Amino acid sequence: MNAPLPPNLAENAAERARRQAQAVAALSPLLPAHALLWQREDTVPYECDGLTAYRQMPLLVALPETEAQVAAVLQACHRLGVPVVARGAGTGLSGGALPHAMGVTLSLTKFNQIVHIDRAARTATVQCGVRNLAISEAAAPFGLYYAPDPSSQIACTIGGNVAENSGGVHCLKYGLTLHNVLRVRGLTVQGEPVCFGSEALDAPGLDLLPLIVGSEGMLAVILEVTVKLVPKPQLARCIMASFDDIRKAGDAVAAVIAAGIIPAGLEMMDKPMTAAVEDYVHAGYDLDAAAILLCESDGTPDEVAEEIDRLLDVLSGAGATRMEVSKDEAQRLKFWSGRKNAFPASGRISPDYMCMDSTIPRKRLADILLAIQGMEQKYGLKCCNVFHAGDGNLHPLILFDANDADQLHRCELFGADILETSVALGGTVTGEHGVGVEKLSSMCVQFSTEEREQMLAVKRAFDAGGGLNPGKVIPTLQRCAEYGRMHVKKGLLPFPELERF
Amino acid sequence: MDALAGIVEQVQAARATKTALDIRGGGTKAFYGEPPDPQKPAAALDVTPLAGISSYEPSELVVTVRGGTRLAELEAALAEKGQCLPFEPPRFDDPANSGGPGGTVGGMVAAGLAGPARAALGGVRDYVLGATMLNGRAELLSFGGQVMKNVAGYDVSRVLAGSMGILGVICEVSLKVLPVAPATLTLRLEMDAAAAIRRVNEWGGQPLPLNASAWWAGTLVLRLAGAVAAVRAAAATMGGEVVEPAMAAAFWAGLRDHRDEFFVGALRAVDGGAALWRISVPATTPPLALSGEQLVEWGGAQRWLCTSAPAATLRNAAAAVGGHAVLFRGKDKSAGAFAPLAPPLAHIHRELKQAFDPDGVFNPGRLVPGL
Repeated sequence: MNAPLPPNLAENAAERARRQAQAVAALSPLLPAHALLWQREDTVPYECDGLTAYRQMPLLVALPETEAQVAAVLQACHRLGVPVVARGAGTGLSGGALPHAMGVTLSLTKFNQIVHIDRAARTATVQCGVRNLAISEAAAPFGLYYAPDPSSQIACTIGGNVAENSGGVHCLKYGLTLHNVLRVRGLTVQGEPVCFGSEALDAPGLDLLPLIVGSEGMLAVILEVTVKLVPKPQLARCIMASFDDIRKAGDAVAAVIAAGIIPAGLEMMDKPMTAAVEDYVHAGYDLDAAAILLCESDGTPDEVAEEIDRLLDVLSGAGATRMEVSKDEAQRLKFWSGRKNAFPASGRISPDYMCMDSTIPRKRLADILLAIQGMEQKYGLKCCNVFHAGDGNLHPLILFDANDADQLHRCELFGADILETSVALGGTVTGEHGVGVEKLSSMCVQFSTEEREQMLAVKRAFDAGGGLNPGKVIPTLQRCAEYGRMHVKKGLLPFPELERF
Repeated sequence: MDALAGIVEQVQAARATKTALDIRGGGTKAFYGEPPDPQKPAAALDVTPLAGISSYEPSELVVTVRGGTRLAELEAALAEKGQCLPFEPPRFDDPANSGGPGGTVGGMVAAGLAGPARAALGGVRDYVLGATMLNGRAELLSFGGQVMKNVAGYDVSRVLAGSMGILGVICEVSLKVLPVAPATLTLRLEMDAAAAIRRVNEWGGQPLPLNASAWWAGTLVLRLAGAVAAVRAAAATMGGEVVEPAMAAAFWAGLRDHRDEFFVGALRAVDGGAALWRISVPATTPPLALSGEQLVEWGGAQRWLCTSAPAATLRNAAAAVGGHAVLFRGKDKSAGAFAPLAPPLAHIHRELKQAFDPDGVFNPGRLVPGL
């Protein structure tokens, strides 16, 4: 059930054509002619999201322009039993918006209006297709901004951010999408209006926002989001610190937190990554360092001066071999330019790369890096590493050539090994990119049969028929049985004899 | 582990005999929530034997605690390392055991109540990173984890915050903690409620270390917390009279734990037949024209009202501005403690209860009547 139906068999092709004709007939009266695409050349752009290794042609693509049209499409699909895959900008990195072979891809890009910015309440109410950065741009005249800043923020939409619970480089201090969303308005699988959260700080009943945020389009279709805006700090400065040893850099991260400092950003790059980005952006990175830390402080000028002094003390105490503090905004942005361009820089030195996204407890940073070095030998592939070190979120970029089937295979094994090692170190298979289709198998390692069954029951509570984005996020029992790896017991309650009933 | 095994056995037995369980920690919030369902008499499930801090690493900003651990014990352990629970959960007294050990961490999460810093720093659910729970099938399940960023599967652990125990027993929870701010300062200003709500929100839109606010009877009290330089600079621009630190600390603790003058008066009025309401509204909502004594917290987003006005009047007034009213304390809860749910949400709640607790073992009716 998790894998998209293989449309290569003749009988599948005939069945697909029949269902396509049925869906087109049902949806045509509901949408303007230009808002329904089913010819191959029109639907090809929707065959994948940011995870291009997985592709699937949708049955058809609907591009509704009004909420009434979205509701009508959902009602019709529900009646016909046609799956619906909601899609924002398609920048997701885990295949969450991968089409369903027998389903409608519901593109919500027409919902791109900022409904209201309430300066006094510091909130913005925006349609789901508004880009992340556009919110901050609209709030800028009031000295406010929207804090979560995933690296795709120029293109990704708020609806997609809510679906994935997106992070960014400032999460440690400012939180994830969940912490910055007040209210989500949308439609159930039956096309019925529903609202989660409130413009007040709480709402009656269970707090369902944490389920909706990060649900990868499987529980409801999001139409409108009310987010918190926060005052723009007067000043931000960044320290670039070099370390001659990975372990020292990892320990420095722990030392910063132990000193009671929550920096606005705390990022790490290893030596191969630094070399790749320096060649790309020429930011003046220390190419001799085993690891580089970028550590940002923001606030009032006095506050930043105080915090930078404390940070320099801690970092030099932790064995930094070189430290430089940004003198002005231009230099601060230059320090960040390499980190923010880590992905394209990797694209320049390798035909393809696969970006992993696990999270581990901060104290295990050096352990995972050393484990990844061992895996480079084992799988015969190179890996560059960038980390949101402050919150332990790793982005190892495995370099490979997708045209070489054996390299692709080794890359997939390498990636799964990183994820499963992260779980064994007390972490999680995905910090901010989502499970989608990419990490379905790894979910078998992180969660027990009973835990996965409980999540499937949550899905059924919102969507009994499984109409919304079926086959994503929660692997089936059968898939986990075929994958054949054991669930790694999490150390929460150390009662192994009670782990399974 | 005997404590957990004992709890598992009780849940299995309750399920087998179709009886209900009333999950009980310190018993300090027994007054809160919907009244017990007379159709479903419940036996007490004592979770206090499941106690202890499982792991605490200050440099990870994470603490993992068993559900029956006393909140006081957790806070003491954090304070020793200069850290805290930023959402300031209230510490109520157990009326049957005044001066006793107080509430538990599981109860803190299940009730989902937060104190003065809520508007600035977030609520209980914002600090939940993971949980191990026992569902109605007596299955031990772990969701979330011990790391800051985690989007693997549905975020069930955070839904437990404020769930009033209806989904299952919170056996263990991992919480994000924060360092205690290097500097705090409390200011006192005289103004009416309308001006206080307006001013606090104006300040909220500026990069100031505003951490808590409370208005009552013509006085606005503000707490600043953050870097030494930031607090000093903010105090210089905001005006008002600086409150002496010991007096300020006592004031905020009293507010947090409902022991200050307003709440003491409200409790007396509740004994006399009035009710204490918690009205949650968008922060910038102007003062609500309702009879009774009002205390405004959270930059205007939380309004405590001690009144004898009818429930419908308060519920309608809150709903009219996009909020809701909770009957927090009152002898007569026939009007319901919580506002009713909109139809699609009521349906989802029923289905979720069925998904976690198909036999209706846990805390029947405590959050939503009939569930």
